[in-house]
Amino acid sequence: MDHFPLCITVLIVAGFYRFMFRGKSWVAPSTEIFEKRWLRIGSVVFHYGIIFAFMGHVMGVLIPMEVYHALGVSDSLYHFMAIAGGGLAGLMVVIGLVVMLTRKFLFPRVHAHTTGGGYFTLLWLILVAGLGTYMTLIYNTTVGEYEYRESIGPWFRSLFTLSPRSDLMLEVPILFKVHILLSFALFAAIPFTRLVHMFSLPVRYPMRAPQQYRSRDGFDKKY
Amino acid sequence: MRIKAQVAMVMHLDKCIGCHTCSVSCKNVWTNRPGTEYVWFNNVETRPGVGYPKEWENTDRYKGGWVLRNGKLHLRAGGPVSKLANIFYNPNMADLNDFYEPWTYDFQQLHKREKGESIPVARPKSMITGKYMDKPQWGPNWDDDLAGGTESVSNDPNFRKLQEHIKLEYEKTFMMYLPRICEHCLNPSCVASCPSGALYKRDEDGIVLVDQDACRGWRFCMGGCPYHKVYYNWNTHKAEKCNFCYPRTEAGLPTLCSESCVGRIRYIGVVLYDADQVKAAASVEDPKDLYESQLSVFLDPFDPEVIKKAQEQGINHSWIQSAQESPVYKMAIKWKIALPLHPEYRTLPMVWYVPPLSPIMHHIANEQDLSVDGYIPAVDQMRIPMEYLASILTADDTHQIRRVLLKMTAMRIHMRAKTVGGVDELKKSQLLKEANTTAEELEEMVRLLAVAKYNERFVIPTGRREMLDDLYFMQGSCSIEDLAPPEGRK
Ligand code: SF4
Ligand code: SF4
Repeated sequence: MDHFPLCITVLIVAGFYRFMFRGKSWVAPSTEIFEKRWLRIGSVVFHYGIIFAFMGHVMGVLIPMEVYHALGVSDSLYHFMAIAGGGLAGLMVVIGLVVMLTRKFLFPRVHAHTTGGGYFTLLWLILVAGLGTYMTLIYNTTVGEYEYRESIGPWFRSLFTLSPRSDLMLEVPILFKVHILLSFALFAAIPFTRLVHMFSLPVRYPMRAPQQYRSRDGFDKKY
Repeated sequence: MRIKAQVAMVMHLDKCIGCHTCSVSCKNVWTNRPGTEYVWFNNVETRPGVGYPKEWENTDRYKGGWVLRNGKLHLRAGGPVSKLANIFYNPNMADLNDFYEPWTYDFQQLHKREKGESIPVARPKSMITGKYMDKPQWGPNWDDDLAGGTESVSNDPNFRKLQEHIKLEYEKTFMMYLPRICEHCLNPSCVASCPSGALYKRDEDGIVLVDQDACRGWRFCMGGCPYHKVYYNWNTHKAEKCNFCYPRTEAGLPTLCSESCVGRIRYIGVVLYDADQVKAAASVEDPKDLYESQLSVFLDPFDPEVIKKAQEQGINHSWIQSAQESPVYKMAIKWKIALPLHPEYRTLPMVWYVPPLSPIMHHIANEQDLSVDGYIPAVDQMRIPMEYLASILTADDTHQIRRVLLKMTAMRIHMRAKTVGGVDELKKSQLLKEANTTAEELEEMVRLLAVAKYNERFVIPTGRREMLDDLYFMQGSCSIEDLAPPEGRK
C-alpha cells in the first residue's frame, strides 16, 4: 500500500528519461486519421470524464474533511454530490474507454496500428475506472457509504510527507485497496505508455503570439 | 521597418505538362517511409478536379486559413481556447479517405506462382492494414487528366461556384495542371494553429518548418493550413510538411521538384519584405484587394534606403544581390504576371503562379487567321476559364486575370511579329497599349519565361553561417560536434 513514493519515483525518473532521451516518442498518438466517428464519442467522453474524475479525487482525497466542515458542507450533502458527480464522471470514463477499445477491433486500419502498450493502457484504465465507478455507484448505495475522508484521505496525504500512516488503511474495504494498488501501478506505467501526453497539454497556447519565428543559432546577434 | 528575406517560387503553369516528375522526386527523398505513404509534399492536380486531399479548397469543411471579423484576423477553425476545448477530437481534420489508402502490390505472386491457366496477377495490398484490397477506390491522381469524369470536376469547389450560371459541357471544358507545394506563407495559419508552438517560420529565409521534438501530434495544423499541406505521419505521430528542401537551398541548390521539373516551369528567388506590414496586409477588408496589399509588403531591392536598412538588420550582400536578380521579384512584383494561390485565405502565400494561356488559346480554332485585334475579344470571350482562374488565383477578380492574360497574349503576338512577321504594327501597338506593356518588357519576359537557363531560373544565395560565433572552430567539424563541448571555445 505504501509503495506510492516508489511509483511516483518511477514516474518521475522514467518520465524524465523518456522526455530527455526519447523525446521524439513523447506524443499524443492519435488514430483519428484512420477513423473519426467512434473516436468522436469515445475520446471526448473519456477525456472530459477523466478530467471530472481527477477533480473529484482532489476533492475527496486531497482536501481534508475539516475544510468541508468549516465551509458548512454536511456529510450527507457531500456524499450525495460525490455519488452523483463521481458516478457520472466514472461512467463517462468507462463508457469512453469501452468505445475506444471496441473501435480498435471494429476498424481494421485502427486495429493494425494498436500496439500491446495501447491495449494494456486501455484495459488497465478500464479496470481502475471500472472499480472506481463500481465503488462510487454500487458499493456506496448498496453495501453502505464508506467515509474514505477519514481513512484513505489522511493516509494518502501522509504519503507526501514520506511518513505513511499505514494503520489508517487496515480497516479499508478490499475493493478500495485494489483500486488504489491498481492506480499506483498505473502511475508507474505512465512513462512507458502513451499516457505521457497528459503532461503536454498545451495550456500556454492562448498566451503566446500567433506567429512564431525562429532563427538558426545567433542570426539576430548582428542586429 | 523589419526587413526579412524570403525564398519564394514561381510556377509558370503554361509549361507544366503534368508529368508528375516533381512529385516523384520529392516523394523518393522525403516521404518514402512508413507513416508517410499517403503524403505528397509536392502534388500535381488536374483542374478542374477535386484535388488532393479531396476538396481541399472547401473551407467550410476543413476550416483552414484566416477570416476577418470586425477588422481583425481570426483562425477560421477557431482560436486557441476553442482549439483546447476540441483537443480530444478535431472535428475539421481530414481522414485517410479524404486522401487515399496507400497500397502496394503483391509482386511475389508474379514469379512464385505455379504454372496455370490464368495470367498471374499482383493483387493490391494496403500499406495501412497489410491486407489485400479488393478494389482501390481512390488513389494519387485518380482523376488525372480529367479521368475522374464529371463527378470529380463538379465536386471542385471552384467549379461549383461557376456552375450557378454555367452548365458544364464536358467535351468543351478546359484543363490545366496545378502543381502544389507548401506556400511558405508570410502569415502562416499552420503556425498559428499549433498548440505546442512546434511550427515556425525561419528568420533567415522564411521557410516554414515543424520542430519534430516539439510536435506532440495535436493535428490542428493539418486543417489549419488552407492549402492542406501539413500531414500527419501515423508512424511517428507527428506533423510533417514540405521543407522547401532547405538542406539544398542552404547550399544554393534549387528544391528537388524544381531541379527535376521537366517543363522547367519553376523559378526560385529571394524577395525582401517588411515583416511589420504583414498583419495589416492580410487584414484588408475586400478579399479582392488582398493581391495588391500582398504586393505592398515587398521592398524594392534596388532602393538604397532598403539596402542600407537590410544590411543594418543583418541581411548580407549576397542575399541582397540575389534579391535584385530574383526571377520571383521580376515575375511577381515587377511584371505582375505571377499571382498568389487563393489570396482570400489571407496567409500571404509565397508560391506564385503565372496563369496558363493555353486553355484560352485552345479555344481559338485557327490562330493563324486571327487578326491581332481579335485577340482581345478572344481573351474576353473565355469567360469560363477566366472565371475559374480568377477563383483560384485572384479571389474572383477577373480583371487581374484578364490583365495578365492580355500581357501574355501581347508577348505572344510581339514575338510572332518579330520572328514570323505578318503582324500589323499598328494593331500590335494597340494590343501592347491595352496590355499596358512595352516591347522591351515583353522581350525581357520572353527571355525569362522561355529561354532562361538554370542559373537564371534559380537564383539562390547559400545559407548564412557567418553569424555563428565559432566559425574557426567549426571549420572541418562534423555536426555531431555540437553535442560535445567545443574544445576550441575560449
Ligand atoms: S501553405 Fe505552408 S506555410 Fe502556408 S499555411 Fe499551409 S503549411 Fe503553413
Ligand atoms: S515536373 Fe514540372 S512539368 Fe512535370 S508535373 Fe511537375 S511541375 Fe509540371
